[in-house]
Amino acid sequence: MKAYLRSATAIYVKDMRLEARTKETFSSVLAFAVIVAFVFGFTFDPNPSTIALVGPGIVWVAYVFTGILGMNRTFAVERDRGTLEGLLLAPVGREAIYAGKLASTTTIMVVVEMLLYPVFLLLFDLDLFNIWFVLVTVAATVGFAAVGTLFSAIASNTRAREVLLPLLFLPIVLPIIIGAVASTSGALEGGGWDRVGKWLQFIIAFDLVFLVLSSWALDFVLEE
Amino acid sequence: MGSTGIGGRQALLGLAALLFLTNIYLIFLYAPTASEALGIQVQRIFYFHVPSALLGMISFAVAAVMSVVYLTRRNRKWDRIAWASAEVGTVFFTVAIATGAVWAKPVWQKWWVWDVNGTLTFMLWLVFIGYLIVRSYAPTVERGSRWAAVVAIFGAAAVPFVYMAADWWEGVHTERVTGPAAQGSLQSEMFITLMFSLVTFLVLFIALVAERTAQRGNEESIEDLYKEVAS
Repeated sequence: MKAYLRSATAIYVKDMRLEARTKETFSSVLAFAVIVAFVFGFTFDPNPSTIALVGPGIVWVAYVFTGILGMNRTFAVERDRGTLEGLLLAPVGREAIYAGKLASTTTIMVVVEMLLYPVFLLLFDLDLFNIWFVLVTVAATVGFAAVGTLFSAIASNTRAREVLLPLLFLPIVLPIIIGAVASTSGALEGGGWDRVGKWLQFIIAFDLVFLVLSSWALDFVLEE
Repeated sequence: MGSTGIGGRQALLGLAALLFLTNIYLIFLYAPTASEALGIQVQRIFYFHVPSALLGMISFAVAAVMSVVYLTRRNRKWDRIAWASAEVGTVFFTVAIATGAVWAKPVWQKWWVWDVNGTLTFMLWLVFIGYLIVRSYAPTVERGSRWAAVVAIFGAAAVPFVYMAADWWEGVHTERVTGPAAQGSLQSEMFITLMFSLVTFLVLFIALVAERTAQRGNEESIEDLYKEVAS
């Protein structure tokens, strides 16, 4: 257990240091998210009543799309630089690789998502600074990353990685998308645990199931 | 498997054909015309829709269970069954979605209703498509099999969550529409026809999966022979 935590932390720190120096994933994903939010402004009439109706939906579509973009890079960076073999040959368990990758993906995603709060406030007058929404954001992002990290390992080994990841990822995370949109509506309408609690528990249950399942499955995915 | 059991498979296909002829007779001539609420003649589409949707779900269960067995035992036989089941299941789901839409349009005035069964069927259909595509992009057959098995298992694990989420979502947004299955007022001739149709589709499913599994087995034997000749 101690060795597992140490190797997972080492991989996490490596990924974070790489990201801090290059800012490759972070900057491209953030720019893409801002563009998506901006384009949404022209897909409907952005007046207060429509925003109340479609606001939660556009927030989560933007998050899911940027999430896919970011997760595509999780294993692709290793593959393109030829460091994946090194990582696999290192004397660490596959579960530790999974945990480290999961943590770094989640961190980058959550930071980007939170940086989008002011963007949504600016463009749509959508106030996301709400403790319940923050909790939903974190819980849902962990779920996305739990599934996405594993499928990213599959997709990065194929010729069609950009197409394959969303194709495999979206149907599986459909429950989180439904839960996140529903609880965001609840939170933005001023609801507390009564409106959000049920969905939050639901998303956390999903997270736990897929965290266990993914760390079990990574072995089968990475095996040559 | 190889060429053994070819007689059995042909007999099964023959049986499916015979059952299907009888089934069509029952559906169009024996079963009574339904009430207006169910769409009168259009209701007959249900004898195709319900069995294909149900067999789609069964095919998914088969693919997921066989995937678990394949990953733990690593015998290609289990993967071939899972693969065949996924292919046949994709066809059944497509039929279920198409017939459901054709029935819903005249009766409910819309092609699609976002209810639990519809959402789940559509989601599993998408998972199956991902399952089949991931194989074709894999660098080797073995890796494709393992990846596809993981996709099937993930899809199966998501089923209860999709079911719950769609159920709660529906509760928030629309009134639950009661489908003919929920009405419990099925006349006995209709019930018999539906049951017969279920059995027919089940036999067809088994026949197709057995045939496809055997084909894959043959393909792999040929592949092995090529390798032997080449080396």
